[in-house]
Amino acid sequence: MSDAEISFDHVTKEFPKPDGGGLFRAVDDVSLAIAPGELIALLGKTGCGKSTMFNMIAGLTEPSAGVLRVAGRDPFGDFNWFRGKIAIVFQNDRLLPWRTAIENVEIGLEMLGVPTAERRQRAQAWLTRLGLAGHERDYPHALSGGMRQRVSIARAFATDAKFLLCDEPFSALDEITGQRLREEFGTLVRENGKTAVFITHSINEAIQLADRIVVLRRPARIAMDARVPRNASPTERDDLRSRVEAILSE
Amino acid sequence: MSVALRAAQAAAPFLLLAGLWQIASLNLPKFLFPSLVDVFWRVLGIFLDWSEFRNVVATVGRIVAGLGGAFVIGAVLALAMNRSRAADRFIGPIMTFFQGVPALSWVVFAIIWFHGTEPRIFFIMLVTSLPAFVFQVLGALRAVPRDLFEMVLSFRPSGAKMFLQLTLPAILPDILTAWKVNLGNASRVVVVAELVGATGGVGYALLQQQQIFDMAGALAWTLQLVIFVLIAQGFIGMVETRAFKYRAVSEHAL
Ligand SMILES: Nc1ncnc2c1ncn2[C@@H]1O[C@H](COP(=O)(O)OP(=O)(O)O)[C@@H](O)[C@H]1O
Ligand SMILES: [Mg+2]
Repeated sequence: MSDAEISFDHVTKEFPKPDGGGLFRAVDDVSLAIAPGELIALLGKTGCGKSTMFNMIAGLTEPSAGVLRVAGRDPFGDFNWFRGKIAIVFQNDRLLPWRTAIENVEIGLEMLGVPTAERRQRAQAWLTRLGLAGHERDYPHALSGGMRQRVSIARAFATDAKFLLCDEPFSALDEITGQRLREEFGTLVRENGKTAVFITHSINEAIQLADRIVVLRRPARIAMDARVPRNASPTERDDLRSRVEAILSE
Repeated sequence: MSVALRAAQAAAPFLLLAGLWQIASLNLPKFLFPSLVDVFWRVLGIFLDWSEFRNVVATVGRIVAGLGGAFVIGAVLALAMNRSRAADRFIGPIMTFFQGVPALSWVVFAIIWFHGTEPRIFFIMLVTSLPAFVFQVLGALRAVPRDLFEMVLSFRPSGAKMFLQLTLPAILPDILTAWKVNLGNASRVVVVAELVGATGGVGYALLQQQQIFDMAGALAWTLQLVIFVLIAQGFIGMVETRAFKYRAVSEHAL
């Protein structure tokens, strides 16, 4: 457990119910250890607590009970220690409407104090890589949904953070761009020794990309935790797929 | 729409008002409804004679000083209220209370509490504009989208960077709107505030016109303030068009 890069130790998260009566348990006693350099896919039906786990790793919400450590530290309590170390691709693009595409990509670098020229150059490189050359100066309202999501991916990746957290990063993309980005994402994570957690709805995406698949079941418990062998045979993949499907269709 | 047509549309209601006034002036006593030609020459006269125009400058200065002070203090209070529930619960009711106090009451208080015309006027302008600024800035702060806030927060910015890159651009549209609204209110309050014994300013000049029963003069002085408000609003409008060019414009009206 001690060599884990991200570790959940009996982590529970409860929210006050909207009607004021008692607490709602969004994450229930989860223990999970993610090794350095691992690419992990988080699957589960909507409302099963994926985003809540994600927000806890990101340090945006605090566990109600249990211990969560990222790189040995508390992401909520040691919030600022993680500057430049965590990058997030949110489920919705969350672009700032008053900034152009390239300025949106630059925001993370700005927060890190990267000098203007280098900032511009890195942002430009990422936009080009994501097929957005020529749209640098467009405002978000002038971009399509898929393009906006790509800008938000560029914004996260441009910071070159060690931990990548992605909430359904490829779901808003068309087939071809999605496929290209998935491959690119896998390469990026593996070649640069990053640790990544991504949430997805797609079983195929999870099997194609991840080293490991964690399936959550309501009420927010781990129902399955399986490794995906690098050179899995088609039968192994099919077997994995049907096991995940069985849980998700319960 | 062509520029000419738009200008005509904007001018139409004023032309109608002017027409009705002019008809009245032809049929009713001159001291009740003076001819617009006379009023025009008076307006021009005030513009061109510094000994008269400096009254307009003095009044405009009082409006700007009062609004500026109210905005700075209001923004600070709103930031505190947005940050702490205790501050919100403490300041909120006071501002609501202030809003209920008539401008004329503030005039009386100012005369009792302060010496000297300018401090009195500044105080009146400040307290009458403050609640609106506080509530407007607070509303704008509360409307900053939470998901954008968390996005920026996830990069762990300093407080100053968060303010400059997220908060300020997000609340700017509401702040400009607040200035437009409060400018109109302040130009109405200022003439009342000038009744504290000012020996200059549009309010003072209006009082003189009343004493000599000069309707054309009263109208001409009033128009000076109206013109100032129009110019200032036009200026804010220009800032808006420049600053908010990022906004999507629908081809349909709301
Ligand atoms: N801030 C919150 N306050 C109250 N309830 C919340 C909050 N965030 C999430 N929840 C609840 O927790 C459950 C899990 O939500 P979430 O983690 O967003 O699920 P998922 O991402 O898997 O769809 C949902 O039932 C949701 O209503
Ligand atoms: Mg979610």
